[in-house]
Amino acid sequence: MTHKLGRGLTYALVSTIALLIAVPVAWVLVASVKTRGEFYGSPWALPEGLHLANYVDAFVTAKMGQYFLTSILVTLFGLVLVLAVSVPAAYVVARYEFRGKGLVEVLLMAGLFVNVNYIVVPIFLMLVDWDRALIDVLPDGLFIDNPGMLSLVYAATSIPFTIYLLTAYFRSIPKDYEEAAALDGASRFRIMTRVMLPMARPAVTTVVLFNFLAYWNDFIISLTLLPGDGKTLQVGLLNLMTAQKAAADYGRLYAGMVIVIVPVLIVYALIQRRLIEGMAAGGVKG
Amino acid sequence: MSNKPGDGRFVALCLVPALVLFALFMIWPTVNVFRMSLYTWSGFSPDMRFVGLDNFTKLLDDQQFVRAFQNTVALLVVVTVITMGMGLFLAAIMTRQKLRGRDLYRFVLYIPNVLSVVVIAAVFSAIYDQENGLINGTLRALSLDGLQLVWLGDQKVVLWSVAIAMVWQSLGYYMVLYMSSMSSIPEELYEASSLDGASATRQFFDITLPLIWQTLRTTLTFFVMSAVNLSFVLVRAMTGGGPDGSSEVLLSYMYKQAYTNSSYGYGMAIGVVIFMFSFLVSLLVSRATRREPVQF
Repeated sequence: MTHKLGRGLTYALVSTIALLIAVPVAWVLVASVKTRGEFYGSPWALPEGLHLANYVDAFVTAKMGQYFLTSILVTLFGLVLVLAVSVPAAYVVARYEFRGKGLVEVLLMAGLFVNVNYIVVPIFLMLVDWDRALIDVLPDGLFIDNPGMLSLVYAATSIPFTIYLLTAYFRSIPKDYEEAAALDGASRFRIMTRVMLPMARPAVTTVVLFNFLAYWNDFIISLTLLPGDGKTLQVGLLNLMTAQKAAADYGRLYAGMVIVIVPVLIVYALIQRRLIEGMAAGGVKG
Repeated sequence: MSNKPGDGRFVALCLVPALVLFALFMIWPTVNVFRMSLYTWSGFSPDMRFVGLDNFTKLLDDQQFVRAFQNTVALLVVVTVITMGMGLFLAAIMTRQKLRGRDLYRFVLYIPNVLSVVVIAAVFSAIYDQENGLINGTLRALSLDGLQLVWLGDQKVVLWSVAIAMVWQSLGYYMVLYMSSMSSIPEELYEASSLDGASATRQFFDITLPLIWQTLRTTLTFFVMSAVNLSFVLVRAMTGGGPDGSSEVLLSYMYKQAYTNSSYGYGMAIGVVIFMFSFLVSLLVSRATRREPVQF
Protein backbone atom coordinates (compact mmCIF):
# COMPACT_ATOMS: atom_id res chain seq x y z
CA MET A 1 0.00 0.00 0.00
CA THR A 2 2.69 2.51 1.00
CA HIS A 3 4.61 1.30 -2.00
CA LYS A 4 1.75 2.25 -4.31
CA LEU A 5 1.40 5.62 -2.65
CA GLY A 6 5.12 6.19 -3.02
CA ARG A 7 4.93 5.38 -6.72
CA GLY A 8 2.01 7.73 -7.18
CA LEU A 9 3.88 10.53 -5.47
CA THR A 10 6.93 9.87 -7.61
CA TYR A 11 4.89 10.11 -10.80
CA ALA A 12 3.29 13.32 -9.59
CA LEU A 13 6.63 14.88 -8.72
CA VAL A 14 8.46 13.87 -11.88
CA SER A 15 5.52 14.93 -14.04
CA THR A 16 5.38 18.32 -12.33
CA ILE A 17 9.04 18.93 -13.02
CA ALA A 18 8.69 17.76 -16.62
CA LEU A 19 5.77 20.18 -17.03
CA LEU A 20 7.78 23.03 -15.51
CA ILE A 21 10.32 22.43 -18.27
CA ALA A 22 7.96 21.75 -21.16
CA VAL A 23 5.25 24.35 -20.53
CA PRO A 24 7.37 27.51 -20.96
CA VAL A 25 8.79 26.16 -24.23
CA ALA A 26 5.35 25.16 -25.51
CA TRP A 27 3.95 28.49 -24.36
CA VAL A 28 6.46 30.36 -26.49
CA LEU A 29 5.54 28.22 -29.51
CA VAL A 30 1.85 29.04 -29.05
CA ALA A 31 2.39 32.71 -28.27
CA SER A 32 4.44 33.17 -31.45
CA VAL A 33 1.24 33.15 -33.55
CA LYS A 34 -0.70 35.60 -31.39
CA THR A 35 -1.74 39.01 -32.67
CA ARG A 36 -0.58 42.13 -30.94
CA GLY A 37 -3.82 42.49 -28.99
CA GLU A 38 -3.83 38.89 -27.82
CA PHE A 39 -0.65 39.39 -25.80
CA TYR A 40 -2.49 41.64 -23.38
CA GLY A 41 -5.13 39.10 -22.34
CA SER A 42 -4.70 36.09 -20.10
CA PRO A 43 -1.39 34.35 -20.85
CA TRP A 44 -3.25 31.04 -21.08
CA ALA A 45 -5.74 32.15 -23.73
CA LEU A 46 -5.14 30.36 -27.02
CA PRO A 47 -4.76 32.53 -30.10
CA GLU A 48 -7.83 32.71 -32.33
CA GLY A 49 -5.94 32.13 -35.53
CA LEU A 50 -2.45 31.62 -36.85
CA HIS A 51 -1.00 35.09 -37.03
CA LEU A 52 1.95 34.16 -39.21
CA ALA A 53 2.77 37.78 -39.92
CA ASN A 54 4.99 37.59 -36.82
CA TYR A 55 7.24 35.17 -38.67
CA VAL A 56 7.41 37.26 -41.81
CA ASP A 57 8.27 40.19 -39.57
CA ALA A 58 11.01 38.26 -37.77
CA PHE A 59 12.46 36.63 -40.88
CA VAL A 60 12.47 39.67 -43.13
CA THR A 61 12.25 42.90 -41.14
CA ALA A 62 14.35 41.71 -38.22
CA LYS A 63 16.69 39.91 -40.68
CA MET A 64 16.49 36.63 -38.76
CA GLY A 65 16.48 34.78 -42.09
CA GLN A 66 19.81 36.27 -43.03
CA TYR A 67 21.26 35.63 -39.56
CA PHE A 68 20.04 32.05 -39.79
CA LEU A 69 22.11 31.54 -42.92
CA THR A 70 25.17 33.13 -41.27
CA SER A 71 24.81 30.81 -38.28
CA ILE A 72 24.56 27.73 -40.45
CA LEU A 73 27.63 28.66 -42.48
CA VAL A 74 29.70 29.63 -39.43
CA THR A 75 28.76 26.43 -37.60
CA LEU A 76 29.43 24.13 -40.57
CA PHE A 77 32.75 25.75 -41.42
CA GLY A 78 33.78 25.61 -37.75
CA LEU A 79 32.98 21.89 -37.59
CA VAL A 80 34.95 21.17 -40.77
CA LEU A 81 37.94 23.13 -39.45
CA VAL A 82 37.99 21.55 -36.01
CA LEU A 83 37.82 18.03 -37.44
CA ALA A 84 40.45 18.76 -40.09
CA VAL A 85 43.03 19.79 -37.49
CA SER A 86 41.97 17.65 -34.51
CA VAL A 87 41.60 14.20 -36.08
CA PRO A 88 45.23 13.99 -37.30
CA ALA A 89 46.56 15.53 -34.08
CA ALA A 90 44.55 13.17 -31.88
CA TYR A 91 45.67 10.21 -33.99
CA VAL A 92 49.40 10.90 -33.68
CA VAL A 93 49.07 11.66 -29.96
CA ALA A 94 47.35 8.30 -29.53
CA ARG A 95 49.70 6.24 -31.68
CA TYR A 96 53.12 7.84 -32.18
CA GLU A 97 56.02 8.61 -29.88
CA PHE A 98 57.70 11.97 -30.40
CA ARG A 99 59.77 14.50 -28.50
CA GLY A 100 57.70 16.89 -26.38
CA LYS A 101 54.70 14.61 -26.36
CA GLY A 102 54.31 14.93 -22.60
CA LEU A 103 54.27 18.72 -22.82
CA VAL A 104 51.72 18.70 -25.65
CA GLU A 105 49.41 16.47 -23.63
CA VAL A 106 49.72 18.58 -20.48
CA LEU A 107 49.02 21.80 -22.39
CA LEU A 108 45.98 20.34 -24.10
CA MET A 109 44.72 19.03 -20.77
CA ALA A 110 45.15 22.47 -19.22
CA GLY A 111 43.25 23.89 -22.19
CA LEU A 112 40.20 21.92 -21.07
CA PHE A 113 40.01 24.20 -18.06
CA VAL A 114 40.27 27.49 -19.94
CA ASN A 115 36.78 28.67 -20.71
CA VAL A 116 36.39 30.86 -23.75
CA ASN A 117 34.54 33.51 -21.76
CA TYR A 118 37.76 34.38 -19.92
CA ILE A 119 39.78 34.99 -23.05
CA VAL A 120 37.39 36.61 -25.52
CA VAL A 121 38.68 40.09 -24.64
CA PRO A 122 42.34 39.33 -25.45
CA ILE A 123 41.30 37.48 -28.62
CA PHE A 124 39.28 40.49 -29.72
CA LEU A 125 42.16 42.88 -29.00
CA MET A 126 44.58 40.63 -30.87
CA LEU A 127 42.37 40.61 -33.99
CA VAL A 128 41.97 44.40 -33.77
CA ASP A 129 45.77 44.63 -33.67
CA TRP A 130 46.13 42.43 -36.74
CA ASP A 131 43.61 44.57 -38.60
CA ARG A 132 45.52 47.69 -37.63
CA ALA A 133 48.80 46.21 -38.83
CA LEU A 134 47.27 45.51 -42.23
CA ILE A 135 45.41 48.79 -42.54
CA ASP A 136 47.48 49.98 -45.53
CA VAL A 137 46.83 46.82 -47.50
CA LEU A 138 43.28 46.17 -46.37
CA PRO A 139 41.63 49.37 -45.18
CA ASP A 140 38.34 47.56 -44.47
CA GLY A 141 39.90 45.11 -42.08
CA LEU A 142 40.02 41.37 -42.45
CA PHE A 143 39.76 39.77 -39.04
CA ILE A 144 37.01 41.62 -37.19
CA ASP A 145 33.50 41.21 -38.68
CA ASN A 146 34.59 38.18 -40.64
CA PRO A 147 32.33 35.12 -40.18
CA GLY A 148 35.17 32.85 -41.37
CA MET A 149 37.32 34.18 -38.56
CA LEU A 150 34.53 33.43 -36.10
CA SER A 151 34.52 29.81 -37.33
CA LEU A 152 38.27 29.66 -36.87
CA VAL A 153 38.03 30.93 -33.28
CA TYR A 154 35.26 28.42 -32.52
CA ALA A 155 37.37 25.62 -33.95
CA ALA A 156 40.55 26.71 -32.16
CA THR A 157 38.91 27.03 -28.76
CA SER A 158 37.31 23.59 -28.97
CA ILE A 159 40.55 21.83 -29.94
CA PRO A 160 41.42 20.60 -26.39
CA PHE A 161 38.01 18.99 -25.84
CA THR A 162 37.92 17.48 -29.32
CA ILE A 163 41.43 16.04 -29.19
CA TYR A 164 40.82 14.74 -25.66
CA LEU A 165 37.78 12.70 -26.70
CA LEU A 166 39.23 11.48 -30.00
CA THR A 167 42.58 10.46 -28.50
CA ALA A 168 40.85 8.37 -25.84
CA TYR A 169 38.84 6.63 -28.54
CA PHE A 170 41.79 6.02 -30.89
CA ARG A 171 43.68 4.44 -27.98
CA SER A 172 40.84 1.99 -27.40
CA ILE A 173 41.08 0.60 -30.95
CA PRO A 174 43.39 -2.48 -31.23
CA LYS A 175 46.57 -1.90 -33.22
CA ASP A 176 46.12 -5.05 -35.32
CA TYR A 177 44.16 -3.24 -38.00
CA GLU A 178 46.88 -0.69 -38.60
CA GLU A 179 49.59 -3.33 -38.60
CA ALA A 180 47.69 -5.38 -41.16
CA ALA A 181 47.17 -2.31 -43.35
CA ALA A 182 50.86 -1.41 -43.02
CA LEU A 183 51.83 -4.91 -44.18
CA ASP A 184 49.64 -4.38 -47.22
CA GLY A 185 51.78 -1.34 -47.97
CA ALA A 186 49.32 1.39 -47.05
CA SER A 187 50.85 4.78 -46.32
CA ARG A 188 50.57 6.39 -42.87
CA PHE A 189 48.11 8.93 -44.19
CA ARG A 190 46.02 6.24 -45.82
CA ILE A 191 45.96 4.17 -42.63
CA MET A 192 44.78 7.20 -40.69
CA THR A 193 42.04 8.28 -43.08
CA ARG A 194 40.87 4.93 -44.47
CA VAL A 195 41.36 2.54 -41.55
CA MET A 196 41.25 4.48 -38.31
CA LEU A 197 38.87 7.33 -39.10
CA PRO A 198 35.97 5.05 -40.13
CA MET A 199 36.46 3.01 -36.97
CA ALA A 200 36.38 6.13 -34.82
CA ARG A 201 32.99 7.17 -36.14
CA PRO A 202 31.15 7.01 -32.79
CA ALA A 203 33.68 9.38 -31.22
CA VAL A 204 33.60 11.69 -34.23
CA THR A 205 29.82 11.82 -34.03
CA THR A 206 30.00 12.72 -30.36
CA VAL A 207 32.42 15.61 -30.86
CA VAL A 208 30.43 16.87 -33.84
CA LEU A 209 27.28 16.91 -31.70
CA PHE A 210 28.82 18.75 -28.78
CA ASN A 211 30.67 21.20 -30.97
CA PHE A 212 27.55 21.80 -33.05
CA LEU A 213 25.64 22.77 -29.93
CA ALA A 214 28.51 24.93 -28.66
CA TYR A 215 28.93 26.84 -31.95
CA TRP A 216 25.24 27.17 -32.74
CA ASN A 217 24.34 28.34 -29.24
CA ASP A 218 27.25 30.69 -28.63
CA PHE A 219 26.60 34.39 -28.41
CA ILE A 220 29.47 35.84 -26.36
CA ILE A 221 32.15 35.24 -29.01
CA SER A 222 29.98 36.18 -31.97
CA LEU A 223 28.76 39.31 -30.20
CA THR A 224 32.37 40.35 -29.76
CA LEU A 225 33.87 39.34 -33.08
CA LEU A 226 30.99 40.34 -35.38
CA PRO A 227 30.00 43.82 -34.18
CA GLY A 228 28.77 44.86 -37.66
CA ASP A 229 25.68 43.89 -39.66
CA GLY A 230 26.51 40.25 -40.34
CA LYS A 231 25.26 38.75 -37.10
CA THR A 232 24.58 35.23 -35.94
CA LEU A 233 21.12 34.02 -35.00
CA GLN A 234 21.72 34.22 -31.24
CA VAL A 235 22.89 37.82 -31.41
CA GLY A 236 19.92 38.63 -33.61
CA LEU A 237 17.63 37.22 -30.95
CA LEU A 238 19.44 39.21 -28.28
CA ASN A 239 18.77 42.37 -30.30
CA LEU A 240 15.10 41.43 -30.61
CA MET A 241 14.95 41.13 -26.81
CA THR A 242 16.44 44.57 -26.37
CA ALA A 243 14.10 46.03 -28.97
CA GLN A 244 11.08 44.40 -27.32
CA LYS A 245 11.87 46.05 -23.99
CA ALA A 246 11.62 49.41 -25.70
CA ALA A 247 8.71 48.81 -28.06
CA ALA A 248 6.72 45.94 -26.47
CA ASP A 249 6.65 44.15 -29.83
CA TYR A 250 6.11 40.64 -28.47
CA GLY A 251 5.04 38.90 -31.69
CA ARG A 252 8.30 39.44 -33.51
CA LEU A 253 10.35 38.37 -30.48
CA TYR A 254 8.39 35.16 -29.91
CA ALA A 255 8.56 34.24 -33.57
CA GLY A 256 12.30 34.90 -33.42
CA MET A 257 12.62 32.59 -30.42
CA VAL A 258 10.82 29.80 -32.26
CA ILE A 259 13.13 30.23 -35.25
CA VAL A 260 16.11 29.72 -32.94
CA ILE A 261 14.58 26.87 -30.89
CA VAL A 262 13.06 24.65 -33.57
CA PRO A 263 16.22 23.56 -35.46
CA VAL A 264 17.94 22.60 -32.20
CA LEU A 265 14.89 20.70 -30.97
CA ILE A 266 14.69 18.77 -34.25
CA VAL A 267 18.37 17.85 -34.11
CA TYR A 268 17.97 16.91 -30.45
CA ALA A 269 14.94 14.71 -31.09
CA LEU A 270 16.83 12.89 -33.87
CA ILE A 271 20.02 12.22 -31.97
CA GLN A 272 19.09 12.34 -28.29
CA ARG A 273 20.12 8.75 -27.56
CA ARG A 274 23.53 9.38 -29.07
CA LEU A 275 23.89 12.65 -27.23
CA ILE A 276 23.12 11.15 -23.85
CA GLU A 277 25.34 8.12 -24.44
CA GLY A 278 28.13 10.40 -25.62
CA MET A 279 27.75 12.49 -22.52
CA ALA A 280 28.08 9.46 -20.28
CA ALA A 281 31.15 8.29 -22.22
CA GLY A 282 32.90 11.63 -22.45
CA GLY A 283 32.36 12.51 -18.82
CA VAL A 284 31.66 16.09 -17.96
CA LYS A 285 31.96 18.97 -20.34
CA GLY A 286 33.10 22.36 -19.14
CA MET B 1 54.32 1.39 -32.67
CA SER B 2 58.05 1.41 -33.31
CA ASN B 3 59.51 4.48 -34.93
CA LYS B 4 60.32 4.26 -38.62
CA PRO B 5 62.09 6.74 -40.86
CA GLY B 6 59.67 9.40 -42.06
CA ASP B 7 57.53 9.19 -38.93
CA GLY B 8 58.80 12.57 -37.76
CA ARG B 9 57.50 14.40 -40.80
CA PHE B 10 54.12 12.72 -40.61
CA VAL B 11 53.78 13.54 -36.89
CA ALA B 12 54.72 17.16 -37.51
CA LEU B 13 52.27 17.53 -40.39
CA CYS B 14 49.46 16.12 -38.29
CA LEU B 15 50.24 18.03 -35.16
CA VAL B 16 51.34 21.49 -36.25
CA PRO B 17 48.02 22.95 -37.52
CA ALA B 18 46.18 22.06 -34.31
CA LEU B 19 48.99 23.26 -32.08
CA VAL B 20 49.37 26.57 -33.94
CA LEU B 21 45.65 27.34 -33.60
CA PHE B 22 45.63 26.22 -29.99
CA ALA B 23 48.65 28.36 -29.11
CA LEU B 24 47.40 31.41 -31.00
CA PHE B 25 43.80 31.46 -29.77
CA MET B 26 44.06 29.84 -26.35
CA ILE B 27 47.53 29.88 -24.81
CA TRP B 28 48.52 33.35 -25.95
CA PRO B 29 45.21 35.03 -24.92
CA THR B 30 45.37 33.30 -21.53
CA VAL B 31 48.91 34.58 -20.99
CA ASN B 32 47.66 38.00 -22.04
CA VAL B 33 44.92 38.04 -19.41
CA PHE B 34 47.58 37.71 -16.74
CA ARG B 35 50.00 40.12 -18.41
CA MET B 36 47.46 42.86 -19.05
CA SER B 37 46.23 42.74 -15.47
CA LEU B 38 49.50 44.44 -14.50
CA TYR B 39 48.93 47.46 -16.77
CA THR B 40 46.54 50.35 -17.07
CA TRP B 41 45.33 50.63 -20.60
CA SER B 42 42.26 52.18 -22.13
CA GLY B 43 42.24 49.82 -25.09
CA PHE B 44 42.93 51.55 -28.36
CA SER B 45 45.47 54.17 -27.37
CA PRO B 46 49.13 53.15 -27.45
CA ASP B 47 49.46 54.49 -23.90
CA MET B 48 49.97 51.37 -21.79
CA ARG B 49 51.51 51.84 -18.38
CA PHE B 50 52.93 49.16 -16.06
CA VAL B 51 51.40 49.50 -12.60
CA GLY B 52 52.31 46.22 -10.92
CA LEU B 53 49.59 44.99 -8.63
CA ASP B 54 47.76 48.34 -8.40
CA ASN B 55 44.72 46.97 -10.25
CA PHE B 56 44.33 44.28 -7.63
CA THR B 57 44.58 46.61 -4.63
CA LYS B 58 42.01 48.87 -6.29
CA LEU B 59 39.63 45.90 -6.51
CA LEU B 60 39.47 45.61 -2.73
CA ASP B 61 37.97 49.09 -2.43
CA ASP B 62 35.61 48.68 -5.37
CA GLN B 63 32.12 48.26 -3.90
CA GLN B 64 30.69 47.08 -7.22
CA PHE B 65 33.34 44.40 -7.48
CA VAL B 66 32.65 43.20 -3.94
CA ARG B 67 28.97 43.01 -4.74
CA ALA B 68 29.59 41.07 -7.95
CA PHE B 69 31.77 38.69 -5.97
CA GLN B 70 29.07 38.17 -3.33
CA ASN B 71 26.42 37.60 -5.99
CA THR B 72 28.61 35.02 -7.73
CA VAL B 73 29.26 33.13 -4.50
CA ALA B 74 25.57 33.26 -3.52
CA LEU B 75 24.50 31.91 -6.90
CA LEU B 76 27.17 29.22 -6.78
CA VAL B 77 26.07 27.95 -3.39
CA VAL B 78 22.31 28.14 -3.95
CA VAL B 79 22.32 26.75 -7.47
CA THR B 80 24.79 23.97 -6.66
CA VAL B 81 22.84 22.76 -3.64
CA ILE B 82 19.46 22.82 -5.40
CA THR B 83 20.64 21.41 -8.73
CA MET B 84 22.77 18.64 -7.30
CA GLY B 85 20.25 17.73 -4.60
CA MET B 86 17.29 17.60 -6.94
CA GLY B 87 19.31 15.94 -9.69
CA LEU B 88 20.44 13.16 -7.35
CA PHE B 89 16.98 12.69 -5.88
CA LEU B 90 15.23 12.55 -9.24
CA ALA B 91 17.84 10.24 -10.73
CA ALA B 92 17.57 7.91 -7.74
CA ILE B 93 13.79 7.58 -7.79
CA MET B 94 13.66 7.28 -11.55
CA THR B 95 16.31 4.56 -11.59
CA ARG B 96 15.09 2.64 -8.55
CA GLN B 97 11.36 2.80 -9.17
CA LYS B 98 11.66 1.98 -12.87
CA LEU B 99 9.03 4.50 -13.82
CA ARG B 100 7.12 3.89 -16.98
CA GLY B 101 7.86 6.55 -19.58
CA ARG B 102 11.33 7.09 -18.15
CA ASP B 103 12.72 7.85 -21.61
CA LEU B 104 10.10 10.52 -22.20
CA TYR B 105 10.82 12.21 -18.87
CA ARG B 106 14.52 12.09 -19.61
CA PHE B 107 13.92 13.56 -23.06
CA VAL B 108 11.92 16.48 -21.67
CA LEU B 109 14.19 17.21 -18.73
CA TYR B 110 17.26 17.35 -20.95
CA ILE B 111 15.74 19.90 -23.36
CA PRO B 112 17.04 23.04 -21.58
CA ASN B 113 20.58 21.77 -21.96
CA VAL B 114 20.41 21.95 -25.76
CA LEU B 115 18.81 25.40 -25.83
CA SER B 116 21.07 28.42 -26.06
CA VAL B 117 21.42 30.75 -23.11
CA VAL B 118 19.92 33.57 -25.18
CA VAL B 119 16.81 31.46 -25.74
CA ILE B 120 16.62 30.62 -22.04
CA ALA B 121 17.04 34.27 -21.15
CA ALA B 122 14.28 35.15 -23.64
CA VAL B 123 11.98 32.42 -22.30
CA PHE B 124 12.49 33.63 -18.74
CA SER B 125 12.08 37.26 -19.70
CA ALA B 126 8.72 36.19 -21.11
CA ILE B 127 7.89 34.31 -17.92
CA TYR B 128 8.98 37.19 -15.70
CA ASP B 129 7.55 40.00 -17.86
CA GLN B 130 6.07 42.58 -15.53
CA GLU B 131 2.79 43.14 -17.39
CA ASN B 132 2.07 40.19 -19.64
CA GLY B 133 4.45 37.53 -18.40
CA LEU B 134 3.46 33.97 -17.62
CA ILE B 135 3.66 34.45 -13.83
CA ASN B 136 2.24 37.93 -13.39
CA GLY B 137 -0.35 37.38 -16.12
CA THR B 138 -1.55 34.20 -14.43
CA LEU B 139 -1.71 35.89 -11.05
CA ARG B 140 -3.76 38.71 -12.57
CA ALA B 141 -6.12 36.25 -14.24
CA LEU B 142 -6.61 34.63 -10.84
CA SER B 143 -7.15 38.07 -9.24
CA LEU B 144 -4.07 37.55 -7.08
CA ASP B 145 -2.47 40.82 -8.13
CA GLY B 146 -1.03 41.23 -4.64
CA LEU B 147 1.40 38.37 -5.22
CA GLN B 148 2.84 39.92 -8.37
CA LEU B 149 6.54 40.74 -8.18
CA VAL B 150 8.78 42.74 -10.47
CA TRP B 151 10.88 39.65 -11.08
CA LEU B 152 13.74 41.26 -12.94
CA GLY B 153 13.39 44.83 -11.74
CA ASP B 154 13.43 44.43 -7.98
CA GLN B 155 16.87 44.46 -6.38
CA LYS B 156 15.81 41.97 -3.73
CA VAL B 157 14.23 39.51 -6.14
CA VAL B 158 16.38 39.59 -9.26
CA LEU B 159 19.15 37.29 -8.01
CA TRP B 160 16.59 34.62 -7.13
CA SER B 161 15.02 34.98 -10.56
CA VAL B 162 18.44 34.35 -12.11
CA ALA B 163 19.03 31.37 -9.79
CA ILE B 164 15.72 29.77 -10.83
CA ALA B 165 16.65 30.11 -14.50
CA MET B 166 20.05 28.52 -13.79
CA VAL B 167 18.49 25.54 -12.03
CA TRP B 168 15.95 25.19 -14.85
CA GLN B 169 18.81 25.06 -17.35
CA SER B 170 21.12 22.60 -15.60
CA LEU B 171 18.90 20.21 -13.62
CA GLY B 172 18.24 17.80 -16.50
CA TYR B 173 21.89 17.55 -17.47
CA TYR B 174 22.97 16.42 -14.02
CA MET B 175 19.98 14.14 -13.59
CA VAL B 176 20.78 12.32 -16.83
CA LEU B 177 24.43 12.03 -15.85
CA TYR B 178 23.58 10.54 -12.44
CA MET B 179 20.99 8.24 -13.98
CA SER B 180 23.52 6.71 -16.32
CA SER B 181 25.95 6.29 -13.44
CA MET B 182 23.30 4.71 -11.17
CA SER B 183 22.02 2.32 -13.80
CA SER B 184 25.38 0.55 -13.78
CA ILE B 185 24.99 -0.46 -10.12
CA PRO B 186 24.18 -4.19 -9.98
CA GLU B 187 20.63 -5.00 -8.96
CA GLU B 188 21.75 -7.77 -6.56
CA LEU B 189 23.10 -5.22 -4.11
CA TYR B 190 19.65 -3.73 -3.68
CA GLU B 191 17.97 -7.12 -3.51
CA ALA B 192 20.34 -8.30 -0.79
CA SER B 193 19.79 -5.22 1.33
CA SER B 194 16.02 -5.44 0.82
CA LEU B 195 16.14 -8.91 2.35
CA ASP B 196 17.92 -7.35 5.32
CA GLY B 197 14.98 -4.99 5.61
CA ALA B 198 16.75 -1.77 4.51
CA SER B 199 14.44 1.08 3.53
CA ALA B 200 14.76 2.93 0.21
CA THR B 201 16.30 5.90 2.01
CA ARG B 202 18.90 3.69 3.68
CA GLN B 203 19.69 2.03 0.37
CA PHE B 204 20.25 5.44 -1.19
CA PHE B 205 22.80 6.44 1.43
CA ASP B 206 24.42 3.03 1.88
CA ILE B 207 24.54 1.79 -1.69
CA THR B 208 23.71 4.39 -4.33
CA LEU B 209 25.63 7.37 -2.98
CA PRO B 210 28.94 5.58 -2.21
CA LEU B 211 28.90 3.83 -5.58
CA ILE B 212 28.37 6.96 -7.67
CA TRP B 213 30.63 9.07 -5.49
CA GLN B 214 33.29 9.49 -8.19
CA THR B 215 30.72 10.81 -10.68
CA LEU B 216 29.30 13.13 -8.04
CA ARG B 217 32.75 14.40 -7.20
CA THR B 218 33.67 15.10 -10.82
CA THR B 219 30.40 16.92 -11.52
CA LEU B 220 30.75 18.99 -8.37
CA THR B 221 34.28 20.01 -9.30
CA PHE B 222 33.30 21.04 -12.80
CA PHE B 223 30.01 22.57 -11.78
CA VAL B 224 31.80 25.48 -10.11
CA MET B 225 33.38 26.52 -13.38
CA SER B 226 30.30 26.04 -15.50
CA ALA B 227 28.11 27.88 -12.97
CA VAL B 228 30.45 30.89 -13.03
CA ASN B 229 30.07 30.92 -16.82
CA LEU B 230 26.36 30.24 -16.93
CA SER B 231 25.61 32.98 -14.43
CA PHE B 232 27.49 35.38 -16.67
CA VAL B 233 25.90 34.52 -20.00
CA LEU B 234 22.48 34.47 -18.41
CA VAL B 235 22.94 37.78 -16.62
CA ARG B 236 24.40 39.32 -19.76
CA ALA B 237 21.38 38.30 -21.82
CA MET B 238 18.63 38.69 -19.24
CA THR B 239 19.34 41.55 -16.84
CA GLY B 240 22.55 43.21 -18.02
CA GLY B 241 23.60 43.15 -14.36
CA GLY B 242 20.77 45.44 -13.32
CA PRO B 243 18.89 46.92 -11.68
CA ASP B 244 21.74 49.05 -10.41
CA GLY B 245 24.32 46.26 -10.23
CA SER B 246 22.14 44.01 -8.07
CA SER B 247 22.54 41.01 -10.37
CA GLU B 248 26.09 41.73 -11.50
CA VAL B 249 28.38 38.69 -11.41
CA LEU B 250 32.16 38.55 -11.70
CA LEU B 251 32.44 37.86 -15.42
CA SER B 252 29.80 40.40 -16.39
CA TYR B 253 31.58 43.03 -14.32
CA MET B 254 34.81 42.16 -16.10
CA TYR B 255 33.14 42.73 -19.47
CA LYS B 256 31.65 45.98 -18.31
CA GLN B 257 35.08 47.24 -17.27
CA ALA B 258 36.71 46.05 -20.45
CA TYR B 259 34.19 47.23 -23.05
CA THR B 260 31.97 49.89 -21.57
CA ASN B 261 34.53 51.49 -19.33
CA SER B 262 37.55 50.76 -21.56
CA SER B 263 39.67 49.84 -18.55
CA TYR B 264 41.18 46.76 -20.10
CA GLY B 265 43.91 46.32 -17.49
CA TYR B 266 41.43 46.57 -14.64
CA GLY B 267 39.02 44.21 -16.40
CA MET B 268 41.77 41.65 -16.88
CA ALA B 269 42.67 41.88 -13.18
CA ILE B 270 39.08 40.85 -12.47
CA GLY B 271 39.58 38.01 -14.96
CA VAL B 272 42.65 36.82 -13.05
CA VAL B 273 40.67 36.89 -9.79
CA ILE B 274 37.87 34.79 -11.35
CA PHE B 275 40.42 32.38 -12.74
CA MET B 276 42.12 31.93 -9.37
CA PHE B 277 38.80 31.79 -7.54
CA SER B 278 37.22 29.06 -9.65
CA PHE B 279 40.46 27.10 -9.70
CA LEU B 280 40.75 27.28 -5.90
CA VAL B 281 37.13 26.35 -5.29
CA SER B 282 37.41 23.40 -7.68
CA LEU B 283 40.56 22.27 -5.89
CA LEU B 284 38.96 22.62 -2.46
CA VAL B 285 35.85 20.74 -3.54
CA SER B 286 37.94 18.01 -5.07
CA ARG B 287 40.02 17.71 -1.88
CA ALA B 288 37.08 17.81 0.49
CA THR B 289 35.20 15.10 -1.37
CA ARG B 290 38.08 12.68 -1.74
CA ARG B 291 37.11 9.17 -0.55
CA GLU B 292 38.53 5.73 -1.00
CA PRO B 293 36.90 4.44 -4.18
CA VAL B 294 34.23 1.84 -3.48
CA GLN B 295 34.08 -1.10 -5.85
CA PHE B 296 31.18 -3.33 -6.64
